[in-house]
Amino acid sequence: MPSRRYSVFAIAREALRQHGGWTRAWTSPEPRDRYQVVIVGAGGHGLATAYYLGRNFGITDVAVIEKGWLGGGNTGRNTTIIRSNYLQDPSAAIYDKALKLYETLSQDLNYNVMFSPRGLIMLAQTEHEVRGYKRTVHANTLQGVATEWIEPARLKELVPIINIDGPRYPVLGGLYQARGGTARHDAVAWGYARACSDMGMHIIQNCEVTGIETEGGQVRAVNTAKGRIGCDKLALVVAGHSSQLADMAGFRLPIESVPLQAMVSEPIKPCMDVVVMANTVHGYMSQSDKGEMVIGGGTDSYNAFTQRGSWHHIEETVRALVETFPMISRLKMLRQWGGIVDMTGDRSPILSTTPVGGIFVNCGWGTGGFKAIPGSGWAMAELVAQGRPGPLAAAFGMNRFREGRFIDESVAAGVAH
Amino acid sequence: MLILFCPYCGVKAEETELAPGGEAHLKRIGPDGTAEEFEAYLFARKNLKGVHFERWRHAYGCGKWFLAARDTHTMQVYGTYKAQTAHATDDIVANARQARPEWVPDWPQASEAVAG
Repeated sequence: MPSRRYSVFAIAREALRQHGGWTRAWTSPEPRDRYQVVIVGAGGHGLATAYYLGRNFGITDVAVIEKGWLGGGNTGRNTTIIRSNYLQDPSAAIYDKALKLYETLSQDLNYNVMFSPRGLIMLAQTEHEVRGYKRTVHANTLQGVATEWIEPARLKELVPIINIDGPRYPVLGGLYQARGGTARHDAVAWGYARACSDMGMHIIQNCEVTGIETEGGQVRAVNTAKGRIGCDKLALVVAGHSSQLADMAGFRLPIESVPLQAMVSEPIKPCMDVVVMANTVHGYMSQSDKGEMVIGGGTDSYNAFTQRGSWHHIEETVRALVETFPMISRLKMLRQWGGIVDMTGDRSPILSTTPVGGIFVNCGWGTGGFKAIPGSGWAMAELVAQGRPGPLAAAFGMNRFREGRFIDESVAAGVAH
Repeated sequence: MLILFCPYCGVKAEETELAPGGEAHLKRIGPDGTAEEFEAYLFARKNLKGVHFERWRHAYGCGKWFLAARDTHTMQVYGTYKAQTAHATDDIVANARQARPEWVPDWPQASEAVAG
């Protein structure tokens, strides 16, 4: 049964009857023995893929299966930053598509994802970064993505709490994207899940994939904790565990999995209404609606699946941010956590067909997947529905590593996303 | 914090003292290699969730490369050994198999030894 539409009238009606009329936002059915499309991974990217399969292609015989709980992986662990100021054309196309979809996502899903285009600044703290970001601004201008280079005085106006004259790394300017910002990460997953459920799709949680059945080079089924589920097409959208799923299907991916950490401080009064990223010193920060300072840093540099990360990276991140924002030096940190990110050699994602017929992968978003969720889902739905990539996904095939067609974002994207 | 034993210095080193170097025992592909082989050498990694062999450099110590067997899931270190070694030593294999009885080394000699 489709869930009831959320509106101010619904709130008023429920206020008059002790909020007894709200129903669950999505159903939790037992899996059928067969679906047209099975998507592994009920994070943002998996759910968005399902949503656009239904909305753009009318394919609703879809199951999204999830090892843990919905949105409990990197979707619920990131720092919620949204931007599209990338260097290369294919990146700008897919990330800007995502940003445009984010702008109307709350209306499209009838679910408030709290998209907040508060603006985003990437600090230039070395001469190299100044040149690099000016180059990105020029590239963005050609791509039709509005970004600008701002001088330190303007930057200080936008971020009064920043220390421009840092002793080690003075702020020399910044790459400013006024359309960038944040959104509520859980709400993005929940909103897509509700919309998928309303279209009759099945979202099956606590259902780990244990094997993939193929026959004659074609996918037949997935074996899961809840039994065998047959499918015509299978989409693997599992971020950190992509290599493990690919191994079950008998192919390898150019992916390495490393932990990335984030943390939040105790809530304080509003002090910063933009997102600031400092890539030279490895730290980025924004203030949540609750007042917590949301802080992220660099990845660990060795493979791990622990969802914890190294202690010294926290120290490195916080040390860098205290130098840039001296007023946060007395803040207590409330929570710290890690997620396992899937890194590719060129720091760009993979949306691709695979050596197995009917299996498609969407992975390699690395440290910056959240911002891409709607665009990624849009492009992946096109890939799965048509069996070949559309214009957004075309450049992101996994064969680009063999052919040397890298989409090199390791400079533009830096460490932080 | 990850602590590894440097087989050259004979000291325990914290990870801030070390520089990671990725998967160990990769075979370099020569000029006659195919595009697939070269791609595999450059980009395809095992990325295992479990026993993982990897390169480390004792950057703020002796500066030498050594190899470590570490569990990427539990972070347990099964042992470290010198870089001039074709495969992990028998005691490291034994440590790994004690923690993960289902794990089998993927190089031929050791598999036979385990089977025998």
